[in-house]
Amino acid sequence: MIRIAVISGKGGTGKTMITAALAQLLPGSLVLADCDVDAANLELLLSPKIVRTEPFMGMKTAVIDPTLCTHCGECMEHCRFGAIERDGKAPHRYQVSPLRCEGCAVCVHVCPIAITMKPRQTGEMMYSDTERGHLVHARLVPGAGNSGLLVHAVKKTAIEQDRNCDLFLIDGPPGTGCPLISTISGVDIVLIVTEPSVSGLHDLKRVVAVCRQFRPRILVAVNRFDLEQSLTETIQLWCSEEDIPVIGKIPFDPVVIESIRKGVPVTCAGTSPATQAIQMLASNLEQELKPYRDQRT
Amino acid sequence: MKLAIASGKGGTGKSMVAANLAYALSRTEPVTLVDCDVEEPNLHLFFPAPATTTEVTVLVPVVDETTCQHCGLCGEFCQFGALTVLSSRVLFFPELCHSCGGCSLVCPNDAICEVPKRIGTTTISTPLPNLKLISGMLDTGNPHAVPIIRAAKKMAEGDPLVICDSAPGTSCPVVETLDGCDACILVTESTPFGLHDLRLAVDVAARLGVPIGIVINRSDGEDQATIEFCTEHDLEVMLIVPFDREIAAIQSRGDLLCRVRPEWQKAFTALFIKCSSLTGVEP
Repeated sequence: MIRIAVISGKGGTGKTMITAALAQLLPGSLVLADCDVDAANLELLLSPKIVRTEPFMGMKTAVIDPTLCTHCGECMEHCRFGAIERDGKAPHRYQVSPLRCEGCAVCVHVCPIAITMKPRQTGEMMYSDTERGHLVHARLVPGAGNSGLLVHAVKKTAIEQDRNCDLFLIDGPPGTGCPLISTISGVDIVLIVTEPSVSGLHDLKRVVAVCRQFRPRILVAVNRFDLEQSLTETIQLWCSEEDIPVIGKIPFDPVVIESIRKGVPVTCAGTSPATQAIQMLASNLEQELKPYRDQRT
Repeated sequence: MKLAIASGKGGTGKSMVAANLAYALSRTEPVTLVDCDVEEPNLHLFFPAPATTTEVTVLVPVVDETTCQHCGLCGEFCQFGALTVLSSRVLFFPELCHSCGGCSLVCPNDAICEVPKRIGTTTISTPLPNLKLISGMLDTGNPHAVPIIRAAKKMAEGDPLVICDSAPGTSCPVVETLDGCDACILVTESTPFGLHDLRLAVDVAARLGVPIGIVINRSDGEDQATIEFCTEHDLEVMLIVPFDREIAAIQSRGDLLCRVRPEWQKAFTALFIKCSSLTGVEP
């Protein structure tokens, strides 16, 4: 199974639109995962039929039993995350803010009598059918932590359930932190989707620096490249200095937003400048995949 | 007054709104702008200026192998799997450590002490006479954004008007940014992606009890679904910025809409006044 993650650094550059289109265009059997678990959008383009849903239990959360609490304040003193607070209405009473609790259990160590760690559901994971293969996607409870753990669970499910697929295609999260690192660990290829803006270039450089700590093959695509040609040239120049192939340049095209509004991959929109550019991107990516495919046969 | 700019979906124009709001308001009053998108901070690109950098550190354990009895209690206690105790040494995985201090607390032999480890930086600059910019930046390869956000926000404590630009998403970095803010502006775009993620962002802000105002960015006129959602949830759409290639180009090259087209300053000042009315705090 060749593992490919579509990522971006900067948000909103077109990861999901490109992932959905690549799923249509790349040959062979495929399993998909949406690892942007905070704000998962791939399902909005692939009309998945949910086969099963399972709860995701994140880290356990501390719970204080008010009947056993002696109000000594020791737990609050030791919590480094500010997760233990006094009840606004009853100031002598201590309680845990589940949004801030990281599940370290230090409070239980200092007060094993009144505090226990309780499992808490922080999301759910769905295993679905799409036209192009199975999709594993998830929903994090808004505000919950542990998105990196949920990303790990999503990837693991896809790999275990569909181990015989040729390709594992991941729609990644923006950023460079915990969920991104969890997404790119163990993948063979990352396709970074950027845009010609000073922010796009800045964020591209940072996310490349993170990827280089994991050694996947790095490829770049520039979306809406014609909105600021000179910055597109700057990006291409930087990539060539860094020995990173730019395998696609997609023009700004209203067809992209139209197809998102229809809830279908842009490849369903017929011939247009963006779809042609994405076909070119897919065929360049296929060239890149060839050595991996040969290796596996 | 402390205001957060957030979005759910990435790339909707949070930084654009934060930067222009700060620019417009700094014409008449002191403003502190805090870049809390520490994984991919961008505000400094719009306000280049000499900056002072401070390292942000967290505490991580160091095991004194001469006093360690390899009893394994620290490894058993660590909820994050950051310590593995072998028969003759202890393995530490710093990227898994949450700096809770539990290991040193449970060690019966006092063999663990905590030392600071750098995870990123904050920078502070004064790009305009009335504008202070604080940017948090996570070192690449480090997973823990939250301590940097906390450090950046702390540097703005006590300032009269603080604008915090959040990371996208709905998880811990967003919660840390919104926490303690008097109001937030959620920036969205009129696509099914934008609306889907706006719902989630509204949910997070509501859970934290932070009042919400809405900005629709890059509007192509097809805003009905977003406006209906806002009406249903009693949320005011406070500003609509149209899609316009020139506005996009201004933003792309790192310039500011309010600087290039000063007529926009009024719109951003009005946005701030609407936002202030959500909070009950005097603007």
